[in-house]
Amino acid sequence: MAEALGSSSAEMDLDRPNLEEYLPTDSIQDSPKNLHLRDLLDISPTLTEAAGAIVDDSFTRCFKSNPPEPWNWNIYLFPLWCLGVVVRYGILFPLRVAVLAIGWIVFFSAFFPVHFLLKGYPKWRRKLERKLVEMMCSVFVASWTGVVKYHGPRPSTRPHQVFVANHTSMIDFIILEQMTAFAVIMQKHPGWVGFIQKTILESVGCIWFNRTESKDRGVVGRKLREHVQGVDNNPLLIFPEGTCVNNHYTVMFKKGAFELGCAVCPIAIKYNKIFVDAFWNSKKQSFTMHLVRLMTSWAVVCDVWYLEPQYLRPGETPIEFAERVRDMISARAGLKKVPWDGYLKYFRPSPKHTERKQQIFAESILRRLERK
Amino acid sequence: MGNTSSMLTQYDIEEVQEHCNHAFSQQEIVSLYHRFCQLDRSGSGFISADEFLSVPEFAVNPLAERLLRMLDGLNFKEFVAFLPAFSSRTSLQQKIEFIFKVYDLDCNGKVTFDDVLNVLRDLTGSFMSEQQRQEVLTRVLEEAGYTPDSSLTLPDFMKILGNSDLKMEVEVPID
Repeated sequence: MAEALGSSSAEMDLDRPNLEEYLPTDSIQDSPKNLHLRDLLDISPTLTEAAGAIVDDSFTRCFKSNPPEPWNWNIYLFPLWCLGVVVRYGILFPLRVAVLAIGWIVFFSAFFPVHFLLKGYPKWRRKLERKLVEMMCSVFVASWTGVVKYHGPRPSTRPHQVFVANHTSMIDFIILEQMTAFAVIMQKHPGWVGFIQKTILESVGCIWFNRTESKDRGVVGRKLREHVQGVDNNPLLIFPEGTCVNNHYTVMFKKGAFELGCAVCPIAIKYNKIFVDAFWNSKKQSFTMHLVRLMTSWAVVCDVWYLEPQYLRPGETPIEFAERVRDMISARAGLKKVPWDGYLKYFRPSPKHTERKQQIFAESILRRLERK
Repeated sequence: MGNTSSMLTQYDIEEVQEHCNHAFSQQEIVSLYHRFCQLDRSGSGFISADEFLSVPEFAVNPLAERLLRMLDGLNFKEFVAFLPAFSSRTSLQQKIEFIFKVYDLDCNGKVTFDDVLNVLRDLTGSFMSEQQRQEVLTRVLEEAGYTPDSSLTLPDFMKILGNSDLKMEVEVPID
């Protein structure tokens, strides 16, 4: 994998077409050169770019799940490995299911009374619900024997701050939630996850939206602003990538979290793939299957770093700010930055990118023509 | 169990290698096979235009649409056969042949004024007017000793591009 990462280092600049790519190199050296037929016919740079994208591209790499490395390759290891399978599936998995079931029973038998009986005491209710959600997340983490190391000061509950983290799986949220009851901005999910989102997480102030509904974005923006201003609200957590990435790369951050005018506290999450790949490939796997995969592995090992709060610098645009925070998170978690929007998983790139390439080429032709 | 990194047999690999005139090493072919399977999301054994366009870096290429006419529905053998022009082991002549093919979409062995104009249109989009494009093209053609009515053949392409140093190389990642 190390070589794979190394070989893609040049790919990060692919999005920014530079002039050199389009002009034959010699024409840059002696600039007042006439335009020749050869220069017009030579489309090799564009073709090379296209072929390069066909052979390998940084975007697809972001969402590639890595199959587990088998280690059952010799006669000594094979029985051990088999024993491991028996233990993982035969003992650990049922045990973990039991833990999870008990956790849910305790949770629900406490949550609903609190939710409905303590209506008159909003302060108490909020506090208890917060604790219960934290407890439930701890049960989840225990169900895959999460070995999570938290570095840096714990997040504090105060207004005018928003937490941003890189996103690998929905379990990011669970891992962070067990320490602090964050209010999170999330994609609406179907099935039982949707049910939990609607009934329980609503109580810690989570905000849901649908990626494909453009009018949802406006609503979310407004709710965000309101939430950040509230004194008593749970701290807000945003995954600005907007989609799960395989924890080797970071894709572009959406700027929403960075134009609220408040402190941005970056959180970097890095999973150790020693036992299981925590990346949730939502197109290939349901969340339930993803959890089953985690629950049948030995453990989920991960590091969480709470980084120093950042503020918008004078003269900085929200996008530059977002990039700066992305730099911090990528550097801390050892992730590679790619210039792609994660939503490209769901949509085609806008023609804007193509037009920029066309503009550069057209301008170079026109400029060289004028010199004549 | 064991190392099942490739489902291609040695025989398959050699056959594909033959098919692309040994432009790629066996390892590279295995890598290309993995890539092919990755691009072929539907698992149909060929890559549709839609699947090619799901690679954003390809979709934003000004020539993507033109190339798709050559690429749409390729199986693995054809997929590999498309790529030798970008191998470092391929001669300049073969590279120029490939460029010629990109221009000559109707495969009649001739590249007319309109063929070149079409490619130029793809490359410049709305940033040059149709008139500007025609003017530029007429001018450079006449300078090179052709008229707008004459069509270019492969030997013409060889002559025009033969002494320029084309940098058309793509490295197949091996991991």
